[in-house]
Amino acid sequence: MSFSWAKAYEPKHPVMRWIDERLPLPRVVYGAVGGGYPVPRNLNYFWNFGVLAGVFLTIQIVTGIVLAMHYYATTDGAFNSVNGLIMRDVNAGWLLRYAHMNGASFFFLVTYIHIFRGLYYGSYKAPRELVWMLGLVIYLLMMATGFMGYVLPWGQMSYWGAQVITGFFSAFPLVGEPIRIWLLGGYAPDEAALTRFFSLHYLLPFVIAGVVILHIWALHIPGSGNPTGVDVKDERDTLPFHPFYTAKDGWFAAAVLLVYAVVTYYAPNYLGHADNYIPANPLATPAHIVPEWYFWPFYAILRSFTVDFVLAAKLWGVLAMFISILLLFFLPWLDKSPVRSGNYRPVFKRFFWLLVVDVLILGYVGGAPISPGRIALGQAASAYYFLHFLVILPLVSRFETTLPLPSSISTSVLHGEEAEAAPAGQTKKRGGSVATATAR
Amino acid sequence: MATKAQSAEGPATTGHAEGGVRRRDFLNVAAVSFAGVGGVAALAPLLVQMAPSADVLAMATTEVDIAKIQPGQGIKTQWRKQPVFIRNLTPKEIAEANAVSLSDLRDPQTLAERTKPGKTNWLITLGVCTHLGCVPLGISEGENRGPFGGYFCPCHGSMYDTAARIRQGPAPKNLFVPDYEFTSPTTVLIGGTGKK
Repeated sequence: MSFSWAKAYEPKHPVMRWIDERLPLPRVVYGAVGGGYPVPRNLNYFWNFGVLAGVFLTIQIVTGIVLAMHYYATTDGAFNSVNGLIMRDVNAGWLLRYAHMNGASFFFLVTYIHIFRGLYYGSYKAPRELVWMLGLVIYLLMMATGFMGYVLPWGQMSYWGAQVITGFFSAFPLVGEPIRIWLLGGYAPDEAALTRFFSLHYLLPFVIAGVVILHIWALHIPGSGNPTGVDVKDERDTLPFHPFYTAKDGWFAAAVLLVYAVVTYYAPNYLGHADNYIPANPLATPAHIVPEWYFWPFYAILRSFTVDFVLAAKLWGVLAMFISILLLFFLPWLDKSPVRSGNYRPVFKRFFWLLVVDVLILGYVGGAPISPGRIALGQAASAYYFLHFLVILPLVSRFETTLPLPSSISTSVLHGEEAEAAPAGQTKKRGGSVATATAR
Repeated sequence: MATKAQSAEGPATTGHAEGGVRRRDFLNVAAVSFAGVGGVAALAPLLVQMAPSADVLAMATTEVDIAKIQPGQGIKTQWRKQPVFIRNLTPKEIAEANAVSLSDLRDPQTLAERTKPGKTNWLITLGVCTHLGCVPLGISEGENRGPFGGYFCPCHGSMYDTAARIRQGPAPKNLFVPDYEFTSPTTVLIGGTGKK
């Protein structure tokens, strides 16, 4: 696809040749994830997380389809079908349900690592801006799917999470409340909301799968990035995806699935909330409403606005939360440094790790009960989040002196970086390859 | 739409109209416009099906018997699947609410504006915190009513006074007063006027 030395598909079996001549699907697969896709040879383990996200998407779809066979999307039946029927009566239902519950957490976990890999190695930069933006679309779809899935068991956290999250829309003046009522199909979460959430929760994963295909397609035009951020120059820089990276992805997926199995079997509720084992009660709110852990940083930003300033504090909170994600779509134009990899950007690298700490602090604040001290901490961390992307990143990319880049991927692999190094300026004009691999 | 290629096609080109518009151009524009309008119209049922259905709207009014609520007591009932607080205020609570200066309030309203004439003791509000929709505490005896004697939301610490007005905390508005009417001295019809 992307490089002239990519091997063309040559069907060996007559049946495959017969199919390939009529529908070149085997050819597409070979070129996408087979021996026909050349991948930089110097990828580190952070490049495994795209494939892992695909693995967890598959696990979620498979476990989700079978769980839907036993689930009742009614306010009377939902809680019992999950906690009674599926958890107790359905054969292996408990396992499938816990696998689905924790599969969501692992899906988000590997996706977050995948995103931060992209942030560190400049995977969003030209010519991979669309890869990055399609990835963000997937992330937004994941958030919507995850939220609606959490509502389905119709426990206390399900119900009040739905109430709070749809309440975001009511922050918008005039149109907000009618939109909220339209989304819920009522004035509070009820039967209508539950059934449409179930319908969309079943639909969206397939939409995600579709966008994943676009994400990989866009990636395979320039080819995968790599930890040096230097473009692939010739055949010595690459290895065929199969068998080299299928083997590495396979081994790493096995390792992560082992951790996933340990959590699913031994601590299935560790990441959940006890309150969700109480049936939904529209008349009593749990004392401490929190979303699932993967939403905590955004929840912290939402709660950081406590004072009205021109607009109501609540609207500021909602706007800031949405903008904190939408901002990332503009990242390729906020960070204009021609050097992609954080390895060669000493100032950027420090700020990157500060951002990681900042997001972890936001996560802590978002998950903990509210207190004046934590609100102040959340406000500082929220402010820094925006400062990082809107001020620090543009300035750093403008004034930073970057380190010399290796002259090619193969020389960097041969540990001749210093001897072979070329000034960063030489590679500036080539444009080229960094990282962003949901799949290589 | 009028390309040279089309104009060379044959019979259609013979029907010249004024301004160089051919009959085929008109047909093209008309057909595509008609299909476009039809396509948009077909979206309407897909969108309106999500609005509250007739069975949900049928529950849009609730009738409550308030005869047994003594001064200082309150009940929690449901209207449109949302909690409603009905509280019989004591004279002391009414005096407290009236003593507050409007300029001190985030959402300035007097107790009289939030109740019916001659029924100032009956405070009827939604039990939905205007911050993020939690149910505040304070309607039942023994619950935390917060420092202003009204309601206290445990989620993010919004505090309401005895007229259910926001006094402190993140909520932007007073607790919402639904439309209601007294159908008899001891009966209240909530949502009676059919409006929100």
